[in-house]
Formats: sequence, structure tokens, C-alpha cells
Amino acid sequence: MTKQVKQLDRVIIRFAGDSGDGMQLTGDRFTQETASFGNDLSTLPNFPAEIRAPAGTLPGVSSFQLHFADHDIMTPGDAPNVLVAMNPAALKANVDDLPRGATIIVNTDEFTKRALAKVGYDSDPLSDGSLAEYKVSQVPLTSMTVRALADFDISKKDAQRAKNMFALGLLSWMYNRPTEGTLGFLKSKFAGKPEILAANLAAFQAGWNFGETTEDFAVSYEVKPAQLPPGTYRNITGNLAISYGLIAGSRLSGLPLFLGSYPITPASDILHELSKHKRLGVRTFQAEDEIAGVGAALGAAFGGSLGVTTTSGPGMVLKAETLGLAVMTELPLLVVDVQRAGPSTGMPTKTEQADLLMAMFGRNGESPVPVLAPRSPSDCFDIAIEATRIAVKYRTPVIVLSDGYLANGSEPWRIPDVAELPDLSVPFTTEPNGDDGEFLPYRRDPETLARPWAVPGTPGLEHRIGGIEKSDGSGNISYSPANHDLMVRTRQAKIDGIARDIPELEVDDPTGDARVLVLGWGGTYGSIAAGVRRVRRAGGTVAQAHLRHLNPFPANLGEVLRSYDRVLVPEINLGQLALLLRGRFLVDVISYTKVRGLPFKAEELAGVVQEVIDRV
Amino acid sequence: MKDFKSDQEVRWCPGCGDYAILAAFQGFLPELGVPRENIVIVSGIGCSSRFPYYLSTYGMHSIHGRAPAIATGLAASRPDLSVWVITGDGDGLSIGGNHLIHALRRNVNINVLLFNNRIYGLTKGQYSPTSEAGKITKSSPMGSLDTPFNPVSLALGAEAGFVARTIDSDRQHLTGVLRAAADHEGASFVEIYQNCPIFNDDAFEPLKDPAERDMRLLRMEHGEPLRIGADRGVVMGDYGELKVADIAEVGEDALVRHDAHRADPGYAFALSRMDYPAFEHVPVGVFRDISRPTYDELMAEQLGGAEARSGQEELASLLAGGDTWTVR
Repeated sequence: MTKQVKQLDRVIIRFAGDSGDGMQLTGDRFTQETASFGNDLSTLPNFPAEIRAPAGTLPGVSSFQLHFADHDIMTPGDAPNVLVAMNPAALKANVDDLPRGATIIVNTDEFTKRALAKVGYDSDPLSDGSLAEYKVSQVPLTSMTVRALADFDISKKDAQRAKNMFALGLLSWMYNRPTEGTLGFLKSKFAGKPEILAANLAAFQAGWNFGETTEDFAVSYEVKPAQLPPGTYRNITGNLAISYGLIAGSRLSGLPLFLGSYPITPASDILHELSKHKRLGVRTFQAEDEIAGVGAALGAAFGGSLGVTTTSGPGMVLKAETLGLAVMTELPLLVVDVQRAGPSTGMPTKTEQADLLMAMFGRNGESPVPVLAPRSPSDCFDIAIEATRIAVKYRTPVIVLSDGYLANGSEPWRIPDVAELPDLSVPFTTEPNGDDGEFLPYRRDPETLARPWAVPGTPGLEHRIGGIEKSDGSGNISYSPANHDLMVRTRQAKIDGIARDIPELEVDDPTGDARVLVLGWGGTYGSIAAGVRRVRRAGGTVAQAHLRHLNPFPANLGEVLRSYDRVLVPEINLGQLALLLRGRFLVDVISYTKVRGLPFKAEELAGVVQEVIDRV
Repeated sequence: MKDFKSDQEVRWCPGCGDYAILAAFQGFLPELGVPRENIVIVSGIGCSSRFPYYLSTYGMHSIHGRAPAIATGLAASRPDLSVWVITGDGDGLSIGGNHLIHALRRNVNINVLLFNNRIYGLTKGQYSPTSEAGKITKSSPMGSLDTPFNPVSLALGAEAGFVARTIDSDRQHLTGVLRAAADHEGASFVEIYQNCPIFNDDAFEPLKDPAERDMRLLRMEHGEPLRIGADRGVVMGDYGELKVADIAEVGEDALVRHDAHRADPGYAFALSRMDYPAFEHVPVGVFRDISRPTYDELMAEQLGGAEARSGQEELASLLAGGDTWTVR
């Protein structure tokens, strides 16, 4: 049978199943195949906080969405074209996201009376006509997998578990994905279990062959590689990119990396990744709590390391006091907050960008700290390097606000040429700087206002630092009113001055006559850019700008805000950046917010932008 | 040897035990044989935590209870330094209790000096985690309800490899204990009974009064029989507990010979339980001094000789790892 191959420019696939069905692995493998094929892509993993929620229930549904295209794309996509539903719960939890005409591939083996009743289906959606507006492919995934593996010396349970590989094989056939990577992955994953390996390979092959032979699937699809700028690429998640960026920051600054961290979702993967790289001199310390994590990082910074601590919202709260100490002692320190839905424990596996005001102000006293936010998974690499640059140059803690979406989502990343990365080396102070040959730990560089960084072990520069107010210059304890005023203002001026050392805000305004500006920050970049692109395609005129530096703001921000009639600020919080902009620049921005634990949809933002344009 | 006094004016209340400890510490540092630039004093918050200012070494007066955590990062990343943590019973055992026990269990190469005056001094006189139950203070006018910590028992329970106790007013003993703590590789924990003349004056008087102290102090010397005064000594009870007996009754040979190097902490723990009821017989000296690998050694070992010094190539190959593809 010759099958038809249809060309598509982009596809959005969502794999959904029980949290034990291996959907994250399936999605990740399909993503790797897609990456190595050369498509542009963006992913959105979405999983429960429970390790294994009860099987077959709605809260137990785990999904992985992948958007891939023959052109550059900005988001994991609003609505899936294809849903792979491993059971009724997966169907029910996801079907409302599908546009009319979408393809649904269901595992019919799981559509038993009991399983249907468990999620509240009164009748079988596969036969009651409720899915009439979709193309439904009914595939007995489990039983076909078990049959394909009948000759293998493995348990029935192991055979059933391989159904995700069958599904992956089928989808890999449907979209003409290269399979070498997956085969290689399985070989190394199950290197010690030859029977399981053989079974998984066979299940994958059976899925592929099923697509090739059955008449259910008459068409396969092809999405051509995207024309990305020349270079060598790999697929990367935000957490991996941050980890690499931190290692790069350490190498470029010549400072050994010391990570003090306490496990917390969704930041833990940074701890896991950095723990692998002892060869690069990376010290990782799994502390007894968040406070000890940041404390140890600060202690290491005092000793001349690049001190780093990584966490997520609730852990960030606990670090606040030590951050204040880092502000007072004026030591470099990197703090990565992978934001998640809050307050308190909130929704650990769901994304949000509601820690901005905490990062800005969540400490006692006047305690300014630079704040940066990456805009995409691959930007996490660059932001980590930028955070390192600012921290070591200005001797200050720096907060990086990533988020759960960036942390777990992935996209192609052009691997940088190491030789082109910036030199961040800052020499330690080794000579006395006082007029009488003494060492003044708080005598500042007149340009950056940074104080000298003299590390223990340096003869003649012995000094004491700490959290009590320090006398300008000498660093002795001081309760002098005038000195405190001076030090508070100086610490603020030091952080404000960084604005001279960061790029101005670039505005994307292709026609040059937009009257509406959409301004965002952090992980919403892709959704906003995709929304703006839709508006422009429909003939609308709109400008877009995105903040990576949130404290200090780029020097030209006020001017940019004032040069548009209306400024729309979409955020996944209740308007935190909007509050800052109004307070700082007296510009009445329009705040558009949504806090559902999910990224914005491009279509939705396009609608909001168009409304604002229409009203101007 | 160099003078370890800093140029800062020492500001404690007149009669504070901290002066004596500072003097002993300043006197002891030169014999440590470590250049002053390689010594770092990290403290938390409290009267004792002003210590770093008065020493011409590197120092950090940090935040409440967190000194062990900060010192851990410093010591683990700089094994070449001699790191000392100065803390008090409130700082180390209340707000910082968690960090203290974890630093001890990990065996980070730091020396923790816990000044125990059994009261909150800096916040003006509330009961502390070592105050005796029923203590009347501003925050406990009807007597505190808390059962106090025994810091030595706590440290032993946290697997500390070196645990000792000494008294602020006995400079010779204090210096001897500091020396032993410094000689120990790994986390050392030293409890120093320290007088607060303002809020808990004479709390340790029975141990200082020349007429009484020899009847109460159990001076532990490794390899020597455990004696209290001339007539009494320590014997092993039926359940492994230690108890005090008249030597005349049990005979000289029945006395337990002190063994600070026992791997099993049970014996040291039994010793730590002997100072009950209050100060009747108080062991001072080194309870336990055993050798085990330090955290910083183990960490350095993991980093090992494999550590790449050729930065750029290593970094480039790291970044280019995994599945890649090339766009031309």
C-alpha cells in the first residue's frame, strides 16, 4: 500500500495519560526526534504534583504538548491538532482544548465501563457521537502491544507498560520522525535489562509498522525543517540552560562554582544537573533547608567562589534574611527563583510569575537587589551569564526569576561559541587601599560603587563584615544617623547605576507608527510575541517590547512608555509589573492578567491586543 | 607571634564572661600556628557574636542562628582556612539549632564555640533553650515550661566527632580545650559555661567557687580514671549508665578510665548525662574525640584530580553534548 504524505507547516501534538503511563518520557523522546529533524519547536509539560495520583482519575492525568514547525515559533501552541489519549481520564481532561477537526488517537483498551464511570462518563464517548467533530482513531494500544511482545520473556505488566513506546512508534511514523535517537536512548536506558530493552524496541517498531500498514492511517505528514540561523543546535529546557549558564558564568569569571540548594519543584533539576559536573570544579551542597542553602552560598562567596542558590517561591521566602545580609555585606551571590503558582505551597508543578514584587521588595529595610528574568528556555543560559556579570562586577546578590514553564519547556538552542562569550573576570583585591596603608573594605570603586572583594587568605587585608550597618570606608560598626543615610543611598545608587551598564529596551515596531505597545517580562515572551504576530498578520499595528532587566529598568523605559498612546502589560499575576510602572513612571498602563497555572494562549492575547488597538 | 587583637573597642557589660573567653582565645591563636589571614571567625547574633570584631582575622558577623550554614559554605569551598563559629545558647540552639546539628553530622571542618549562659542576654533576659525548667524571666513570670537542652548530649546525638565542655573563668582549662578542638580534623563542638552578670549572674558559681568546685567538677583526661575530688569516682552501672561512687567502697580499680576515642558514642553520651541534678558533678574536658573523614575532604575527593583546568574546552564540550543538529 502506498501511503500519501501530506505537507504541513506546523503541528501541535499532546500526549496525555496516567501519571504512570510515561507520557513525559514519550513527549520528550518525540521532542528529541523532532529537534534532530530540524524543526523549530516549543514544549509544555504539564503534570500533577503527586508522584502517582490514583490511576484513571482526572487529577492523575499527565500531559506533554509539543508544537513543531517549519518556521520559527514562539509558544507550545494554544490548541492541539492531535491528542493521544491513553485512557478516558486523559480524554476528558484534554478534549475541551481541541479545535474542531482535531485528531484524537485513543487507547480503546482502557475505555472500560469502570474506567469511564470513574471520570463521570455516563456513556462511551467513542460511540455516543459526542466526538463527532473530531477525527477519532481507535487503537487498542495496550492489547496490540501485549500481543506484539507475546514471545518475550517479560511479565504482562512490563509488556503493558511498553504501550507508550507503541504510541511513540505510531506517532513517529505519522510525522516521519527520525528514530535513531530514540533507539539509541532505549539502548542506553535499558542497557542492563536486555529483555526489557528488546521489548521496548519491539513495541516501538510495532507502533511504527502499525501506522505503515493499517488503513486507519492513510496519510502521514511531513513538516519540513525550519530555516533557523546557521549553527549547531540542541534542544534545551530552561533548567538545563540555567545550569549551563551558571557553569559558563563560573568559567568566564574564573570563580569556582558553589551551589547551596534545597530540593524544591520546579527548581530541583538545576541542583541535579550541577551535581553532575564536579569535573568542572562545581561544588554542590544539598543543605538542610533553604536558609542553609543560601547561607552556605554566601559563605562560599565570602571565600571567593561564585555562590549560587536555587529555589522556587516558598523557598525564596526563607532566603530573604540572608539576601539582606548579602546586600549589607556587598558580596556577589546568584539567586535563581523558578517561580511557581503561589501563595504558600500553591501549585508546585504549575507556572506563574507572581514573585516579582517579592524579588524587588521582599526584605526588611531599603534592600535593593538587581532582578533579571529570562524570556525563553534558551535565554536562561544568557540570563545566568548576565546575572553573573552583574553580581561579580557590582558585588551584589542578583535574583533571576525563571518560572515553571521555562524550566520544563524546551526549544532549540543554538550552541554558542565559547570563545565569543564575555570575559567576566574580576580580580580580588590584594593590596591595602587606605591612605595610611590600611585596608578599607567599604572604600568603593568610584564608577561602579562596588566595594573591594578581598578574600580570606589574603595577607594584610583582614577585615570584618556583617549585617550591622557599616561605617563608610572603614566598615566598622556605625550607628551614626548621617552614615546610615549615606550608606542606604549609596547601596541604592550602586544598583541604580547598573542601568548605565545594560542595554536599552528594544522596541519591535516594524511600521514605526504603532500607537499601542505591548510590554511584558520573563516567560510570557513567546505567548506575547505570537499574539502580536497574529494581530500584525490580520493587519493590526502594534509594538512589542520585553523586559529582561527588571531592577534596574533599562534607562530608556520611561521614554518608551510615554511614546505610545496605550501600553498593555500582560502578566501571569495580578499586575505586579504594572504597579511598578505606574509607580515609577506615572504611566497608566493597561494591566491584563490571568493566573491559571498555565502560559497565556497566543490567540487570547491577540484578541486583547486588538481590543486595545480598536479603542485607541 | 602576631597580636590578634583588633583595633575595635570591646563592648560587653562589665564582668561579662566573654572578656575572659576573648582573652583566652587571643592568647591561644598565636600557638595555633596559622597565619591570621587564614583564620575566619563567623558568628550569628547575640552578645557572643560580636567576637569577630575584636580579632584581627577575617570575620563575618552574620545573622541569627545561621553562622554554621555560612561557615559550612566557606569551609567546604576553602579547605585551606581555619574556620571558627562563635555562637551562644540562643543563637546556636534555638534559631540555629537545625544548622548546628547538620554541620556537626556532616563533619564540616569548623570549630564551634557555644557560649552557654543559660539566658538571652542581647534581648534582655528571656529564658533560653538551656535555662533550667521553671526559670522566672520577663517572658516566663510563672516559670518557663520548657525542658532544657543539654548541649553536649545534643552534639553527641548529632554525631559530632569532637565534643568538649569548659568554663570561661578557668583560662588554663579553656585554652587546653581550644587547643584540642583546633587539633581535631572535622567539626568540633565546645560548650563554654559563661557568666552573664546582668541577667543570670552566678549561674555557674558552684563550679567556680574554690571551696566547692573540686567536689563538683569531673575533669576528664583521656586514659585517666574519672575522679571527682579525692574520694569519689565514676563507675559503670548495670545498664551501661555511669554513676558516682565512693572510691573507698568500690575500690580504685572499679573507676572508669576515660576513653575519648571510643567510636561508639554511647559512653560519651552517658558521661554527658552526669550533670544532674544541677551541677552536682559536672564533667569538663573532652567527652569525645574521634577521627572520621571531614565533609570538605570528601567533597574535594569527589572533585578530585579530574577537575578540568582547561576551562574552555571542557565548557565547549559540555554545551555541545547531547543530540545536536547543524543548520547551514
